[in-house]
Amino acid sequence: MADVALRQVRKSFGATAVVHGVDVSIADGEFCVLVGPSGCGKSTLLRMIAGLEEISAGEIAIGGRVVNNIAPKERDIAMVFQNYALYPHMTVHDNMAFSLKLAGESAGAIRSRVTEAAQILGLMDYLQRYPRQLSGGQRQRVAMGRAIVRKPQVFLFDEPLSNLDAKLRVQMRTEIRALHQRLKTTSIYVTHDQIEAMSMADKIVVMNGGRVEQIGGPLELYDNPANLFVAGFIGSPAMNFLPGKVARANGALAVATSPGVAFPLPAQVRIDEGREVVVGVRPEHLSVGNDGIPVEVVVVEPTGADTQIFCQLAGANINAVVRERHEFHPGENIRLKPELTYLFDPASGARLA
Amino acid sequence: MSLAENSTVQDSTGMEYLDKPLRRWVTLYVPLACFLFVLLFPFYWMAMTSFKSNEELVSKAANPFWIVRPTLAHFERLLFKTEYPQWMWNTILISVVATAVSLAASVFAAYAIERLRYRGSKQVGLAIFLAYLVPPSILFIPLAAIVFQLGLFDTRWALILTYPTFLIPFCTWLLMGYFRTIPYELEECALIDGATRWQVLTKIVLPLAVPGLISAGIFAFTLSWNEFIYALTFISSSENKTVPVGVITELVEGDVYHWGALMAGALLGSLPVAILYSFFVEHYVSGMTGAVKE
Repeated sequence: MADVALRQVRKSFGATAVVHGVDVSIADGEFCVLVGPSGCGKSTLLRMIAGLEEISAGEIAIGGRVVNNIAPKERDIAMVFQNYALYPHMTVHDNMAFSLKLAGESAGAIRSRVTEAAQILGLMDYLQRYPRQLSGGQRQRVAMGRAIVRKPQVFLFDEPLSNLDAKLRVQMRTEIRALHQRLKTTSIYVTHDQIEAMSMADKIVVMNGGRVEQIGGPLELYDNPANLFVAGFIGSPAMNFLPGKVARANGALAVATSPGVAFPLPAQVRIDEGREVVVGVRPEHLSVGNDGIPVEVVVVEPTGADTQIFCQLAGANINAVVRERHEFHPGENIRLKPELTYLFDPASGARLA
Repeated sequence: MSLAENSTVQDSTGMEYLDKPLRRWVTLYVPLACFLFVLLFPFYWMAMTSFKSNEELVSKAANPFWIVRPTLAHFERLLFKTEYPQWMWNTILISVVATAVSLAASVFAAYAIERLRYRGSKQVGLAIFLAYLVPPSILFIPLAAIVFQLGLFDTRWALILTYPTFLIPFCTWLLMGYFRTIPYELEECALIDGATRWQVLTKIVLPLAVPGLISAGIFAFTLSWNEFIYALTFISSSENKTVPVGVITELVEGDVYHWGALMAGALLGSLPVAILYSFFVEHYVSGMTGAVKE
């Protein structure tokens, strides 16, 4: 096990820069998720850590050792690929034993380590099968088994669940998390799915356009997003954003988003009157009540546990998630009360309050 | 594999109800029969001719499509009165060695061009392809000079070393296409698993490329087996000739064509290739059409 440090890591393909100076430090045993929309450079970053892409500038250290010019096989890492990359001409056993054979382990050691991994992953009955004879979930487990037999210092996962169906994805998510709790190996996990990131990570690195937007624990990012991007990316359904202007209403500060509509601000917020801002409210922080902002119901989606209400507010969309069961109908006018609001700068996207 | 099986199953059951029997005959069996007839008739003619006696061959009254009294005289003449067995041995030896050399070189070339991504790899690939486009009927002139200089004239080595000039470009292009279908991740995964480039090639890429190797091998073998111009120009003594050249040069005397023996020679000469094809036909088809399926 080891810690991983990225210092001002940059990557460009020819003249196109795709990663612009990323600094991340991942502690020993931590489960770190790199998350961001596609093309944000998260996979490239992972491949640089793996040694599959050259590092254009900066430094990557694994366990204190700078690995910039070290071949993948000497970095003591294991990687799980999106399409699993199982060797089609080898049985499950041979797939898992491949790296151990190359490392010159004894037959006895190989057998015991493959067996151990197969038991952890429930693959004992499939050792003599070929990858094509396995289901998606089983292939996924073989790919993980291949990684864990080596007892590497770091696990790298490149969107390992995106080829699975929704149900299996949730199940494997828990399995990977449980496996990490058992093995406590430093893990770096790339995904575009923020729910996966939230549910699995000790530490989330939110990336966008080749830059790190924010680093923190799941709840830290949820409670204190540093900017518009993180606020909009973390949390499901996504946060509502409405542009407006800070104004004084009834003696207290509020954000006027349209004539007659004001989002009240908490008393401790210090901000200049008349300033242009974007106000953000999470759907789950809106409650239905007798006072609040008047909106028109457009669509109601009950999911059982809660109900999502899509509303219109002076031409803008706003949606709310409520746990109580209301009988709302499209066209009905209701009032939503924001319990927690965030303010962002419209130009830079930075959090103001 | 399973994908291919699935799709064939679907083809044969899924839409079949649309085909009325008559329509099926007109669109499938009749064209197929025409095709087969055109392809197989020369072989039939060849076989007929090789078993006919000389009298029957030239007789105007005899049925040209059938034999009344089959004879092995032509085969006897071919095998015992000419050096045909030696030609056969030469052809086998030259084809096998030239194919093996070409395959080995092509594997390295194709892998390097397709996967090592070095500067100018595309241009090299194109240059190899262009080399294949130069017709042997032009190339044999400079090659003959080289063969003479090296003192290889009238030896088997002259052919073993010149056949790769057209076999390597051919096999390289075929294998490049095949290597391209092997997912990158497999190699990257092997690299992380601790394999060297050499081990990636021998333990991952080559086992997966077996169908491609087989089709390249069969093609190369057939091309060398049938090669004519180089064999005709670089070999003069009878004991070093290959089957295609030997048959033509020794069984045509002036304007006398020993048709029976000629056809017997052609028939025997085509058997090894036919046997080779029949062994590998499945691999061969997947090599032409296929890709690596996980």
